[in-house]
Parts: sequence; structure tokens; C-alpha cells
Amino acid sequence: MKIIECPLNGPRNAQEFVFGGDVINHPNPHLISDDQWANYVFIEENRAGVVQEWWCHVPTAYWFIAERDTVKDEILRTFDPSEIYKERIDYNRPEVEAQSQDTKNNKVGEVNSTNKETGSSI
Amino acid sequence: MAFGLLKYGLNPRFQPKQFLRDSKDLKSSYDVVIIGGGGHGLAAAYYLARDWGITNVAVLEKGWLGGGNTGRNTAIIRSNYLTPEGVDFYDESLKLFKGLSRELDYNILYSERGHFTLAHTDAAIRTSRWRAEVNKHLGVNSEVVYRDDLARMVPLLNLSEEVRYPVLGALYHPPGAIARHDAVAWGYAGRAAEMGVELHQNTEVTGIEVEDGTVVGVETNRGRISCGRVLQAVAGRSSEVSRLAGIDLPIRSVPLQACVSTPVKPILDPIIVSGSLHVYISQSDRGEFVMGGSTDPYPRYQTSSSLDFMEGLMGHLLELFPFMSEMPVLRQWAGLADMTPDFSPVMGKTPVNNYYIDAGWGTWGFKATCVSGKRMAETLATEKTPNILKPFALDRFRTFDLVGEKGAASVGH
Repeated sequence: MKIIECPLNGPRNAQEFVFGGDVINHPNPHLISDDQWANYVFIEENRAGVVQEWWCHVPTAYWFIAERDTVKDEILRTFDPSEIYKERIDYNRPEVEAQSQDTKNNKVGEVNSTNKETGSSI
Repeated sequence: MAFGLLKYGLNPRFQPKQFLRDSKDLKSSYDVVIIGGGGHGLAAAYYLARDWGITNVAVLEKGWLGGGNTGRNTAIIRSNYLTPEGVDFYDESLKLFKGLSRELDYNILYSERGHFTLAHTDAAIRTSRWRAEVNKHLGVNSEVVYRDDLARMVPLLNLSEEVRYPVLGALYHPPGAIARHDAVAWGYAGRAAEMGVELHQNTEVTGIEVEDGTVVGVETNRGRISCGRVLQAVAGRSSEVSRLAGIDLPIRSVPLQACVSTPVKPILDPIIVSGSLHVYISQSDRGEFVMGGSTDPYPRYQTSSSLDFMEGLMGHLLELFPFMSEMPVLRQWAGLADMTPDFSPVMGKTPVNNYYIDAGWGTWGFKATCVSGKRMAETLATEKTPNILKPFALDRFRTFDLVGEKGAASVGH
């Protein structure tokens, strides 16, 4: 892996990029247990196979998502995060929020827990 | 002289000792199954047999004995860590290493050289002093030395101030040593086999059977085995193997590269390390310079070598040892380091009953071979975690009770 295709800048030398970890949804800390939070902070998927990861093109400070095969060390696809993250996510305390907002936050927590268990990306 | 040697070599009385028995079929059941035939797994097998009389043990190895990180590390043994937990643990290992050749009746070429961790900044000097104080308090020989001492003790070292990162001082650890890493694995393997432990190479674990939260058997490419207890000691593949048992680990598998030069006469006695420059170098008993740097910048399950690594390593190494510009590189390779968030290992019980883990050995595994083998054997035999292993439990990540080991090699400080 010597050249990485940056969605913003096109093909660039791999040394211009830094690795930023797996794409995992940030759970709402107010809605999950301490154990789940510890899992989010420390546990790594570390899968041998195709994974979705954050990468940053350092000279332009541009973060994007890459699908990479960790066994062959090949990037299969890179894309702008807006493909996945379409709207802003807030992590408010449930009691401060209105009823409708509350259910929305619950959904975020649920999506994350299934993501962790199945290992599927997003 | 040559004739005498030939006569000795051809004499049937002095045949090389065949210490590994011919491989047998797998039995249907073992008291203990050890997954991974590297240094740690073989040491655990040896101490299970020697200390606890447990010999109905199978060591299952996917490839060949000691063919993973045991044969890929740079063989440095030291105990000048930063955390009291780490110092106690690695110092027990160092003491076991010292007597290992005699104990195993197998020469591991243990060679005490002295170990210098160079400091290039005030912050690094401060860390060195911190480590020296922790070490001395726990009875480990370490002290901070400065430029005039270094000029006398390591005459080859470039102490010029006309370089990018001039050397200000170093943490000096006289007991720092190197040993022949393959011999450690072979020595343990041979003695364990003599006591009845079965060593199965080319035997890959493909599944782990867990019933009601207890491990009951392992599936291999050569059939199923029932087992009382399982010890997982597989280094770089830790996450993938533990996933078979349904256990998630706080580990990333990151390649760590190293290289050796062509052999020359002995000119560099001590082991020189620079944490800030990500460089370490020692001269082996064969005369090769053994060199390494930092882990690769991103995780992957692949052990390829890269020019980036070599450039990064040599850029700094030539500042410390300008004569290295004339040394050809003989070999370059990589091993898979399983890195934990706090640079300390993961040892002991897991959420699955009777399934024990010895993982997270990142860049600090070889020097712990003896102590982890001995203490993991104790844990398996008694079902109690010894005090010396308690700080390294997998559970520490659930309770946020980390052991931040900034004295580990090849990591930024």
C-alpha cells in the first residue's frame, strides 16, 4: 500500500496519511452502562479481513473513510464521511430532552450495540 | 586439528540429540490444551509439567515451534520498566532467564551486556530519572548517566552536538542482556517433551467449543479434542483466536519490523535504545547488528517489510552511529505485535470458564517468556491468579484500572 486514493485530493503517497481507527458509532454515554462504555473505549474489532476505517490526509486535514483488507493490505474503496453521516448527532442527557428527541437518541445507542456485536460496519 | 574434529563429528557416540519425539496422532482428550507453540506456550507447558506434575498436555502450533514472534523479536531482556507492576514482573523473568541454560541443559547464549536508554530531551531525562528511582526502590539496578559517562562507556556513540537530536544522557541498566530466542523455545520444548507433553506442529485451531460459559473442547484441522483447560498464547493472532471463544480483546495487531546487518567482529558491547528516535541496536554473538524501530503506522495482519521503515530507522541510527553507513543490511523482517492501549500484557482468566489467555505482548513479549510461562502454569494448575499477574487481568479494561507502561519498547513516550 504505497498510494492512497484520497476522495478530496486524488491519489497521494501513503506517507501523507494517518490511520484513525475503526469506524464505530459513538454511543450516547448517558444511555449505556459503564461496561458498554468501557467496551467502546478499549475493545478493538481487530479483524483479519475487510474493515472500515477513518483515515486523514494530513496536509489538508481531511478525514475520510476507507474500506481496507487488513490481510492483503489493500484499500478497496475510499469515500467522504457524508456518505454515512448525513446529519448531526447530539449526545444530550435524556431527562433534559423532549420526548421525541429521547427516542432518537435511543436509536443511536441501539445501532451502535448491534454494530459491536455483529461486527458489521455501520 | 581438522582431522580430530572430523573424527569427533563422525563418531556415532556423539550424535546430535533428537529431543523432539516423532509426531503422534492427537488424543481425543487432554487435561490442558495450549494454543500456540511459541516461547510462552512452550514455557507454560514446561512449568505445568515440572512444577505441577500436569503432563497430559498438548501444545497445538499452526506452523512450526517458535516460528512466530519468538523467532522474530530482537531478543533483548531487561527489567528497567516504569510501573512497579511491570518492574516486579519483568525482573522475575530476568532472574529466571539468568539460570535458564543450566535449568534446561540447553545453551540459550544468555549474554549480559548492559542496556542504555538514550535521552535527547529534558522530558526524556526526567522519565529516565523517574524510571531509575522506581527501579532502585524495587531492587533493580538502574541509574541515570550523562554525556561524560557515555563517552567512556559507549565510545562508538556519536555524542556530537551538531546533530538533530544530541544525546543528553541515558538510563543505564547493567543487567540488560540478549539471548538466542530460538534456543529458548527449543530448550523449553525439549524438556517439556521429555516430561510427556505432546507437541503438535502443523495443527491449527479452527474452533473453540464453549458450553454454558465453559470451554469443553477445541476443533482443529486434525480433528476435535476435548480438554479440561485451554491456554491461548498466540501473539499476533490473539483477537482472531479469542473470537472463536467469543471473547473480545482490547488489542490491535500491528507489524513491528527489524533487520540485521552482515556480521563483523565484536565492536558494540552494550544494547543501545532511543525511545525518542525509535531506534534500538545490539550486536549478536554472531556479530550481526540487530536493529529495530517503532511499530508500523497502522494495524494489519501482514508481515511484509517496507523501505519506509528502513529509511526511518537509518535516518536516526546514522546520527547515533555514523559507521553504520558502511554496513550492508543482511535481512529485514516483521512480526505481528498485538498492541494493548496501556502497553501492558493481558494475562489470566477470561469471561469463559477454564479458558485462560496470555496475550497483548506487543513489543515486550520475549523478555517475559519465562515468567509468563511459569505464572500462567501456576494460574492453570491452581485456578488462582498469582499476585504478580493480578494487575494484568483482562478485567482491568472494564474497571479502567490500566497499567500505563511508558517503559515499553518501540512506543512513543
